[in-house]
Amino acid sequence: MLSDVLQDLLEEGVQLLGEHLVLVLSAILIASAIAIPAGLLLASSPRARRWALGFASIGQTIPSLALFGFLIPIPFIGGIGQHTAIIALVLYALLPILRNTVTGILGVDPIVRDSAVAMGMTRAQILRMVELPLAAPTIIAGLRIATVTTIGTATIAAAIGAGGLGVFIFRGIASVDKLQILAGAIPAALLALAADGALGWLEKRLSR
Amino acid sequence: MSAVEFRDVHFRIGDRSILNGLTLSIQLGETLVLLGRSGSGKTTALRLINGMILPSSGEIRVDGKATVEWDRVRLRRGIGYVIQEGGLFPHFTVERNIGLVPRLEGWPETKITARVATLLNSVNLAAGDFARRLPRELSGGQRQRVGVARALAADPKILLFDEPFGALDPVTRLDLQREFLRLRAEFGKTSVFVTHDVQEAMKLATRIALLHEGNLAFIGTPAEFETSPHPEARAFLDVLHEARRAQ
Repeated sequence: MLSDVLQDLLEEGVQLLGEHLVLVLSAILIASAIAIPAGLLLASSPRARRWALGFASIGQTIPSLALFGFLIPIPFIGGIGQHTAIIALVLYALLPILRNTVTGILGVDPIVRDSAVAMGMTRAQILRMVELPLAAPTIIAGLRIATVTTIGTATIAAAIGAGGLGVFIFRGIASVDKLQILAGAIPAALLALAADGALGWLEKRLSR
Repeated sequence: MSAVEFRDVHFRIGDRSILNGLTLSIQLGETLVLLGRSGSGKTTALRLINGMILPSSGEIRVDGKATVEWDRVRLRRGIGYVIQEGGLFPHFTVERNIGLVPRLEGWPETKITARVATLLNSVNLAAGDFARRLPRELSGGQRQRVGVARALAADPKILLFDEPFGALDPVTRLDLQREFLRLRAEFGKTSVFVTHDVQEAMKLATRIALLHEGNLAFIGTPAEFETSPHPEARAFLDVLHEARRAQ
């Protein structure tokens, strides 16, 4: 009896975990593709930097459940389902990645940048050989914060039909079923820990 | 022909004037020391030579061609640059730091390796010991030696030194000043050396250019400098005489 219940949970759990991973990975990849290049550009423009960081901060103050709700009625990008959830998660992930990219680039010792210019390196060479490698640990740290929070926030995506481990949690709350809640919460927490550990290791390795 | 020529060079930031009509020429093979207090414009003058900054008016000619006409990347690769602490890349080994410009210039790897070993030898660091170290595994003086080797790597015609020994302890500083004189005898490069230390200027210069509030107060040999009547020169000479008396 009990083992049947567990068997069902496990089967569904594997599927939901897969959905969860798709949500998180898509959101982080898209957010990085936007925020890292944007951060590199913003590092050399103080004025645009204030605006962009302000905008990204506002994005993050909107309660996540509300943001998911806001996006549903918006044509093309909104609606029920996975893509709406991914858009919301991207908005959340932008700020830490953007901010850390900017901080990382600005943190490069001016003397080092100066000597790179003086040795006749081109702008692109300085970025590729000096600024990016030196900023990498800080950028990875931003990626790490973004990933860990996205794994948690993605559980709320179930509220707008995007699937993922949140399905267990919402169903568990609705039916007062602790086992279901735990079946969603524990894998999500373990996933967050694993991501934190892996990216933390990478961060440390790069800042050798 | 002179190696570098300043022609009525002005440099302003906003309405603040840093250099007011600097005219001087730097001869092939000489060591011109730009001496002056902080804010005298000496570092600005240095950075105008390799096009790190461009003049507000007037021109600086390097190898007979104005810095505004030079392709800046080409200009800089032909000029070695040494700053405080060497300005080494902290994530590059000593070997990669020194080999950087040759590598950017597309030298074959075997030639770069040989060049790095020769240069480490020239600055008295054992290649076997130091090539694979990171800058943070070196002492301040060793970092500075690597900085000098890096500046020499692609055999530039001109070397620029921006207060390179400023952050070093007096013993290491003396050591590196001697090294500088030895390397000058060995390589004979045209050098421009910025310092606020009059003793260092007297020791290293073939000619001293004294800058005061953006103006050239004096230019001539160290011996001529000792008899200059200019008040700013007298101020620096007082420091020098004070130091000699103390010895």
